[in-house]
This record gives sequence, C-alpha cells and structure tokens, in this order.
Amino acid sequence: MNYRDLPSMPVAAQSTESITTGDWRTIRPVLNKDLCDRCYHCWAFCPDVSVIVEEEGSFPKVDLNHCKGCGICSTECSKQAITMVREDL
Amino acid sequence: MIEASTGNYAAAQAARLAKADVVAVYPITPQTTISEYVASMVQKGEMNAEFLLMESEHSAMSALIGASTIGARTFTATSSHGLALMHEMLMWAVGARTPIVMPVAARAIGGPWNIWGDHQDAISERDTGWLQFFCENNQEVLDTILMAYRVAEDRNVMLPAMVVEDGFVLSHTVERIDIPDQEEVDAYLPKYSPEFFADTENPMRFGGLVTPDLWTEFRYRIAESHEISREKLKAAEKDFEKVFGRSYGSPVETYRCEDADAVLIAAGAVAGTAKEVADQLRMQGKKVGVARIRVFRPFPSEEIRKLVSSVPSVGVLDKSYTFGDGGAMFNEVRSAAGTLEIGSYIAGLGGRDVPPKVLIKIFNNILEKNRGTVWADLKGGDFDD
Repeated sequence: MNYRDLPSMPVAAQSTESITTGDWRTIRPVLNKDLCDRCYHCWAFCPDVSVIVEEEGSFPKVDLNHCKGCGICSTECSKQAITMVREDL
Repeated sequence: MIEASTGNYAAAQAARLAKADVVAVYPITPQTTISEYVASMVQKGEMNAEFLLMESEHSAMSALIGASTIGARTFTATSSHGLALMHEMLMWAVGARTPIVMPVAARAIGGPWNIWGDHQDAISERDTGWLQFFCENNQEVLDTILMAYRVAEDRNVMLPAMVVEDGFVLSHTVERIDIPDQEEVDAYLPKYSPEFFADTENPMRFGGLVTPDLWTEFRYRIAESHEISREKLKAAEKDFEKVFGRSYGSPVETYRCEDADAVLIAAGAVAGTAKEVADQLRMQGKKVGVARIRVFRPFPSEEIRKLVSSVPSVGVLDKSYTFGDGGAMFNEVRSAAGTLEIGSYIAGLGGRDVPPKVLIKIFNNILEKNRGTVWADLKGGDFDD
C-alpha cells in the first residue's frame, strides 16, 4: 500500500464487508453442533450480522472477520450450545 | 457592468455568476444580506438554485456536504458564532473533499455580545483544512469567489474555500465594482465535474469508516492537495487577469516593499488604509511598505520568508488575538521566516476602526525595530496618548 494509490476522495466501490473489524476480538463463539437445534436465535440477536445461516436447516456459522466476540449469541442460545472461548494471544 | 455594491452584494453576485446549484444558509450578522440577495435572485428566477433555509449553520454546512457529494456546486455564507457552530462540519467538508465555497463576513466572537468586525472567527478556523482568502475590497470579494471555485473544484485540489471579507467595513460599505458578464464567467469557470459523486446508477460508499490502517494516508493527501493548490491558485489568477483584466498578486501582494526599511504585514481591508499611510510616510522620507497576505491557507511560507529576509524590519498586524504568544498571523509569519526579529501588533478588535494615526504609530514602531506584542489601539496601552 502506498498513499498515492488512494482515490482522490474517500470513496469505496466495494461493500463494507471488505473491512475487517473483528481482529481485536478477545473471545470467540464456538458452536456445539450436538446441542444446537438450529432455532437461529443467535442469527436473530447478533447485532453485527456476523452469524451466517447459508440455507434453511443448516448450522449457523460465524463470520470471524466481523464478529467482535460480544457473547450475545451465547447468552441468547436456548440450548447453551455456544461457548465463548478465549482467543490465543 | 459598473454598479455600486456592498461586499455582501458582490458575494451574492458571485454566487449567481458561478451558477451555484445548491445554496443552504442560516442568517447571521453581518453576513445576512448575502443570503437575502441570493434568496431574492432565486425567487425572481435570476438564479437557478435550490435554496435551503436551514435551522442552523451546522445544518447548512451539513446540507452542502451532501449536495456537493452528488456533484452540485454549493454556496453558503456565515459569520462569527455561525462559523464557530459549523466547526465540526468544516472539518468534515475537508475530509469528504467537498469543494464548497463560502464567504465569511468576519466578525468578533462573543461573549460578551459583539456584532462588529474583526478576524477572530475566520482565523480560529485555520486548522480545519479550508483554503482561506482575505479580501481588501468589494471587487476582490466577487473576483475571489470565482477564483475560489476554480481552485477548490480542481480535481487535484478538491478542498473547500473560505473567502473572508471584513464585517461591515466591506460587507456593508458601498464601493464601485465591475460585475462581469455571464458569458465571461462561463468561459472562465467550467462546470463542476468531480471524479466521484453519489449516483444511484453507480453505487459507492461515501463517508464510511477509515481505520488507523489508512487514516494517516488520507490526511497526508489533504496536506498534499494544499501544496498543489498554491500553483493552481497562481494559474487561476493569471487566467482571471486574461479574461477580466484584474489580478491581486496572490498569495502575498507587496506594496512599496522593494527598498523599504520597514514593512507591515496585514490581511483584509486594513491593508488598504496601510497603503495610504505608507504613501504619506514616504512623502516624509520614511521608507515603508505593506505586504498583504491575501492567501492565508495554504500559508505562503516561501513568499513570506523571502520578504522578511529582504527588509530590515517587519511587523505583523493581527485583527484577532490567539491566547498563545502574539497574534496568529504573526506566529505564522515568524515561523515561516525563522527569526524572532518581528513585531506583533494587535488592533481593530470587535469593530474598532484602525485609522491612519494608529497605523503611523505601528510603522514608526517597526522602523524603531521594537519587538514583542503591542496592543496598538488599547486604551491606556503603550501607544495611547
């Protein structure tokens, strides 16, 4: 990256999805598929659209480029299927 | 066409001639009549602009940032507390690279209340990144607004520009000015054509988050554009002279400085009086000159350094005060010149006239090579008799 490569105005052609905002997370959600009943409460409650359900019936996945590790999914999970695990230092 | 015009009427005429697409304003003394003249021209159909009467100056500047982002040429005007209220959005306009042009009828900032002219409001915005021009007369107000659009909208500049006219001394004082024909202005000032603008056919993100990963680079690019604007302004003024036959010696106009023993550096309308006083003093055998800072941002460091090193004694007159060490313009001059041998003079605050007798004392003080800060028209101060 060189400052000369920046556009003349602060604009971007790609979506905000390309900006990774999850790299300062200290804990991450880990799903226990044996307990998950795919109710998708985690998907509904995630404030950062970081729980991804690819198709109806599939297990939820976490977009770790954007998940900040807030733990709301873990708290809201009715089956206690999501554990917050400390990231490596 | 020759007309009798106040500075505010001249500023409004410039907005019409520049064919501003969107004008968003909030009234404040002494700017108000600029807004009123523009409103009247829009109402009569003499100007084809979207006229937005906002609920504050902060909103006016915000509206123009949005309008500029879709590719509109934008105009507003303000003064004093209005400019201070805009401060947040002044910074934003720079970062968003929206080339808004705004005359500022410069006025003191309270409290206590004071509605009269000095440079405190405009000078206080020197760190925002706006290009800043200080005008000496009403013709220059009109002409500078047209030049400001030309420079601000240049794709290598893309910065907003503030055109400062002294409150009341210019804003409400009638002078004889030449209002150019529309065809001439059209030939001089091309349509605004930004490289990027918000367009539903070609969606992009504007004003989104810039992380620490790129912030420094975006700030550097703004600094770089300031540097580029120096040459662009000189070129814009040269072209202006070709079309309209007038020029102002940007960025620093020197008057009788070549063989001078003492030079007073000043900005705005007071420089006109200082030139008259310089003529009088020269008739008495005192070799004095005036250097008028017409462009304050970007600061003309190179020109000032050359000037200060070529004359025996220099002083700077500020119509504002920064609570550091002397006037703001004085500090910039001293920093650019790299010498402590410069005098700082504070005068003309809150609408107090700066008559020849005060300027004569300042010139004599510069000739005597006195240094330090002198409040030159302070009742009970060093120069009071």
